[in-house]
Amino acid sequence: MLEIFVDAALLTLIAIHAIAIIRMRSLFAVIMLFSGFSFLSAGLFVVMDAADVAFTEAAVGAGISTILMLATLALTYAPGEVHKEEKIPSHKPWLPLTVVLITGGMLIYGITDIPDFGDANAPAQKHVAPYYLEKSLPETGVPNVVTAVLASYRGFDTLGEVTVIFTAGIAVLLLIGGRRRIKTKLEAAGEERET
Amino acid sequence: MKHNLILRVVSKFLIPLIFLFALYVQFHGDFGPGGGFQAGVIFSAAIILYALVFGVDSAKQIIPPPILRFLASLGVLIYACTGVASLILGGNYLEYTVLASTQLAGQHLGILVVELGVGITVMSVMLIIFFAFAERGRPLEGNE
Repeated sequence: MLEIFVDAALLTLIAIHAIAIIRMRSLFAVIMLFSGFSFLSAGLFVVMDAADVAFTEAAVGAGISTILMLATLALTYAPGEVHKEEKIPSHKPWLPLTVVLITGGMLIYGITDIPDFGDANAPAQKHVAPYYLEKSLPETGVPNVVTAVLASYRGFDTLGEVTVIFTAGIAVLLLIGGRRRIKTKLEAAGEERET
Repeated sequence: MKHNLILRVVSKFLIPLIFLFALYVQFHGDFGPGGGFQAGVIFSAAIILYALVFGVDSAKQIIPPPILRFLASLGVLIYACTGVASLILGGNYLEYTVLASTQLAGQHLGILVVELGVGITVMSVMLIIFFAFAERGRPLEGNE
């Protein structure tokens, strides 16, 4: 009973966040709402007993990505601009709205075929999951099955993930590493005098 | 934000705790929730908090960018070398069982080392990205 109440409260708050994000024009407020959205999703993952995923969502989704989006916002300010506002779109929303409605309708139609949450007979629980749950403790000695799968059984995949993160770091360094030279007022004035 | 006394005092109190929590998540990830990825992000969050309150330059004095770049590659290297080590000891790539005398000890050691590599890389890449964004758009020093 309590779980249903918590679920309903979290989902309602998430829906309110989503609507607010769509309606808002101030980009700063939108980014902060995105952070709240992520944090509420993390709460939802906790209710579903996925502590590791919740952890990642709270740290990366609500924390780091908010900081990075704020940094991007600060970078894209035009000189003299005080509040960053989303531009009002020049075209009518009918085409995107149709696409969203059709896709959403198909997704909702698909929900009817999804097995119940925590269903022991779901295909996902029948394949390798029983093996991991039964064998991971005697085979690896690690009580946290998520860590055992991530670092040991799926070690190759995790190595790939770390490489992806590393590559992302290199890419950012190559694109916007090093400081961009911004002309100071004095320099700009000096150049004007020369021309 | 250099003159905001409350922020400075509170963050000085919080940052060591965040570091401690990151280390807990890192090395306790095989028993509780968490692991290298989350620990790296939390660790970098502490330094980002420091950078936000005390300025990017003082944060860079704690962890200079060249060291960050070194650490980012070191983490991947630790991970990959664990695989090579198990190859040399006669197992498959990333087969931790051969790393120690018993299977459980080997698995435990392998998971711990690999998670450490993940943590180091994630921490330094997050900071590299944050510093890159924070530095961008600031005028060069000594230019006036």
